Amino acid sequence: MVMGLLGLFILACKKDKPLPEQIITFLGFVKPVNFPDPVYNFANNKPTKAGVELGRALFYEPRLSRNNTISCGSCHIQSSAFTQHGHDVSHGIDDRLGTRNSPPIMNLAWNKAFMWGGGVYDLDLQPIVPITTHEEMDEKLDNVMNKLKQLPKYTSMFKAAFGSEEINTSRFMKALSQFMLLCISSNSKYDKVMRKEGGQTFSPAEQEGYVLFKNKCASCHSEPLFTDGSFRNNGLAPSAINDLGLYTATLQETDRYKFKVPSLRNLQYTAPYMHDGRFLSLSGVLDHYRSEVQATANLDPLLQKESRRGLALSEDEKTKLLAFLSTLNDEEFIKNPLLAEQ
Amino acid sequence: MNQKFNIRNWALCLVLSLGLLSCSKKEEQAPGFAENNLAPLAIEFDNIVADRTFSVNNPIYTNAAGEKFSISMLQYFISNIKVSTADGKTYTVKQDSSYFLINGTDRSTRFAKVRVPEADYTKLTFTLGVDSLRSTMPIDQRKGVLDPAAGGSHEAGGMYWGWNAGYIFFKFEGNSAVISDDVNGDPTGKKQFKYHIGGFGGYSAPTINNLKTITIDLHTAGIAKVRKERFSNIHLFVDIMKVFNGKNSFSIATHPNVMFSEYSVGIATNLTEMFRHDHTEN
Repeated sequence: MVMGLLGLFILACKKDKPLPEQIITFLGFVKPVNFPDPVYNFANNKPTKAGVELGRALFYEPRLSRNNTISCGSCHIQSSAFTQHGHDVSHGIDDRLGTRNSPPIMNLAWNKAFMWGGGVYDLDLQPIVPITTHEEMDEKLDNVMNKLKQLPKYTSMFKAAFGSEEINTSRFMKALSQFMLLCISSNSKYDKVMRKEGGQTFSPAEQEGYVLFKNKCASCHSEPLFTDGSFRNNGLAPSAINDLGLYTATLQETDRYKFKVPSLRNLQYTAPYMHDGRFLSLSGVLDHYRSEVQATANLDPLLQKESRRGLALSEDEKTKLLAFLSTLNDEEFIKNPLLAEQ
Repeated sequence: MNQKFNIRNWALCLVLSLGLLSCSKKEEQAPGFAENNLAPLAIEFDNIVADRTFSVNNPIYTNAAGEKFSISMLQYFISNIKVSTADGKTYTVKQDSSYFLINGTDRSTRFAKVRVPEADYTKLTFTLGVDSLRSTMPIDQRKGVLDPAAGGSHEAGGMYWGWNAGYIFFKFEGNSAVISDDVNGDPTGKKQFKYHIGGFGGYSAPTINNLKTITIDLHTAGIAKVRKERFSNIHLFVDIMKVFNGKNSFSIATHPNVMFSEYSVGIATNLTEMFRHDHTEN
């Protein structure tokens, strides 16, 4: 039944006709067959064509920021798998810098918690944070909606999506969610191998890397989302600002230095890595797990087995692991024209 | 199968008879306690500061630590209003009509106006804050004072906490010369104190819970005689000085900014001492 709701944009391209005559059928949210059931409450906000189009317009709308310079898409760039490639921490309004690396807008329908340090547990409430944060968009929600109300484009889009021209917080947030819920990355080589599509198979190095991944990484970066959605301390040395992660939102001592486990999908497009973007390459990340894991409070037990801290990984194993990780890059996702600014 | 059916029938009969029983009971007491016989009741949250009236910016107050301060902003949520009669009947105001934002600088907000069955009430109960159920509700049920867009930014008086999804229950800001100009005080040099007290217990992981249930016995200062033709008003004094001078008294200089932290728990306890029933207008 739930699967019945599923659908994505299907782009049917007639080869003999020019691009503007593409026939686009909107099928709503489609769960990839190799994915689990989503956690988002679709019963309360079912993506519709008009709703997703409105959400997309809002996602790329700079009026969401105080001086109309920054949109969601500024720090979540599609070609970088909806991250801000090349920035260790997010670069927002008036050249202000945040404290954390811009996370990907990807497979959010399966997310139970948002932000590197938690605190937000409902996708419909998440955009409030970047819109109102001083270093990001530094704007007020009521101001944003007042600006949108001035534009006939939006009154007609809200009417198409929700039945009347009224612009309110709930509709605004739901439209943004509808767009973000369709930012699904599920067409990497890995997915095609798993779904046995087009006879795709792993190369020997990728296959060996996959076995290594399952032995050493999969307990936190579990398939097929490549994150278990939990918060863990992976042994990074505390940053200069001593970011305490999840603790800030829960005030539980056992949450100090815990951050959300990120997905390993699309790593080719999303450097730098970690909550503060401290590693510029995947090689640097793997070196951290090999030899730099720190015994800070609440270090994840999986990184402290017996007397060894971190993960044992030879140079050869590292190469194979990187080969497997490269099968998680999803070029269709970063080039999907329906997720792009129109 | 048959047995199951029988049990279900019995249960149905029981429910039906209970319903009839309670219906007839209500009718016996007419025009008394009937949920379809609602009349207006107001609870007035009249802010004061110890022995003086409440006013922003101008007057200088002095707390128990001897610190002089002025007030620039005061806002708090009152919710889940409940009234009880001497014989133990209780009426809970409908959820959708039971959230009020009292704003110290806007006198028109000082009344929480509700509708309750006609009766004589001897006890009033309410929550200071926004209960955990409402704090975790879907966006479409956050209307009016609970709309995350309400009030604008935090500086302007917004009560929604975006980064740690929830509401500020009690927001109290002002100035005091005792505040230092460094990071332990107010680095902007404005000598501002800010107390943003919230925390409903956490979405999925447990965290601080600063929700407070306030119960007030109306016997001494006057019970509320709620009738359709009258306008009963339970007049409460809300003594803001208790923020500093309550059981967990503290000094502004030592704690000029308290928001989402363990220290807020002690202040939230002080807040329960603020409410005092002065009289009831019937």
